[in-house]
Amino acid sequence: MPSGDIRPEEVLIDALARLIAGAHHVAVGANSPIPSAAAFLAQHLGGGGLRVSLQESPRHSLFTDGGRELFDAAGQGRIDVFFLSGAQIDGAGNINLVALGDYAHPNRRFPGSYGSSYLYFVVARVILVRTEHSRRTLVEKVDFVSAPGVSPSNVYRPGGPTALATPLCTFAFDKARGRFRLETLHPGHTLEEVLDNTGFAFDRSDPVPTSPPPTPEVLKAMRGTVASRLRELYPQFASSVFGLPAVEAR
Amino acid sequence: MEPISSNRTLRDLSEALAAIENGATLVVPANYGGVAMEATRSLVRRGVKALHLITLPTSSLQADLLIGAGCVRLLETSAVSFGELGPAPRFVANVIGGTVSIKDATCPALHAALQAAEKGVPFMPLRGIIGSDLLAQRPDWKVMDNPFGASDPIVLLPAIRPDVALFHAPIADREGNVWVGRRRELFTMAHAAAKSVVTVEKLFEGNLLEDPLMSGNTIPAFYIEAVAISPRGAWPLGLADHYPQDRAHLIEYLRLAATDAGFQQYLNQHVLPRPAG
Repeated sequence: MPSGDIRPEEVLIDALARLIAGAHHVAVGANSPIPSAAAFLAQHLGGGGLRVSLQESPRHSLFTDGGRELFDAAGQGRIDVFFLSGAQIDGAGNINLVALGDYAHPNRRFPGSYGSSYLYFVVARVILVRTEHSRRTLVEKVDFVSAPGVSPSNVYRPGGPTALATPLCTFAFDKARGRFRLETLHPGHTLEEVLDNTGFAFDRSDPVPTSPPPTPEVLKAMRGTVASRLRELYPQFASSVFGLPAVEAR
Repeated sequence: MEPISSNRTLRDLSEALAAIENGATLVVPANYGGVAMEATRSLVRRGVKALHLITLPTSSLQADLLIGAGCVRLLETSAVSFGELGPAPRFVANVIGGTVSIKDATCPALHAALQAAEKGVPFMPLRGIIGSDLLAQRPDWKVMDNPFGASDPIVLLPAIRPDVALFHAPIADREGNVWVGRRRELFTMAHAAAKSVVTVEKLFEGNLLEDPLMSGNTIPAFYIEAVAISPRGAWPLGLADHYPQDRAHLIEYLRLAATDAGFQQYLNQHVLPRPAG
């Protein structure tokens, strides 16, 4: 592969930026360096027209009415794209941000559901991102449903999952079937690898197309403008992925 | 030191915190919202017990420290985490160990339940949540059919009316008016809680409500029980536009708080009074 010096995070950020194409306002929640980078990249490549709000950033936030404004704006349909993840994500698009094992006596405890239980319903395009593609993260059934992938037809739900991106591949979510479909493999990865490391069944075409590696233009933007903007909230990530000195930004 | 005025609102820190009694329902802001950490250390030193701690909507060090020090009976939160620095060690250990009870929530539900209290209404409806295990674990959250629609189920959240809201802000005046900038959720907290206790970086000479550039972002004194001046009162967390969080200190906290003994060592070094002699 020609992509020897391209990091897996960069491939994932590139894939996510393509998934955001055409959006008007992307919001990014807590602890999300890769989605933040993808949003800044899409904004840069689109000539700056895309609105990007990072929930936890004083500098990159378009909200002035407190923590509730993101949720209120999303409830009105003013936010096009949001990113969510899960300690576990299952084949029906359910996500778990809470615990492993029995909820009352968990084996592992994660931070909590954040805004997922609401935003998964009201944001038109929710893109799931999981940086560990394995059978312990992509499971047949989650231990705890922070937010369900699909809802009965009488439940108000203008939004929901549209895609799941990992370091290996991108899945699309088929709302009608309530299942994922393998869309593209990232450069250098194989269908066998995806089958071996995915705990849920999914649909796919034959053969599955492989996406091209990030272009030199994309890599330049990612390692320049995007990396320096990321540093305010994610100095550790900006340093380890893009090699920026881990100086505390104000 | 600033002189304490004759106004009853301006008090020294431990006097101000007297409003937070054992067993109180206490609401606090998220990491980015102005967290009263010096006040939190003072509460730990005082040995406050059995708090019902509500985070609006998430927390990091503040909840972890209070839980680790045994001050919290019940935690109501959407998430507790140190973000990029890692999981919250005392939160995780005590939830798994069952030594703190938890009511898992989702961010907009906490905002909405406090807004209900702000309006003096008994509940607030909220979209989403239906079909989650969150709802299954929250018998206090109800689902009903939208009375204005047909077969349109919607979640109802009971109002949260905390005993006390505790937060840190840049400035307050001698009357007890508190300027919070764009951190509007602090308004919601102050409106919803029976009392608000606020620490501030410094005193503003003059009346904030008389300054047209300041008044719109100022919480009026009639919501405020007590103000204490506490320079760098959010440390080691940051205060937006004033100082960043102290990453090195937080990393050291996470290293120590990974074990019970290490956490006790942290308390001894940074929170509890030094032994006399």
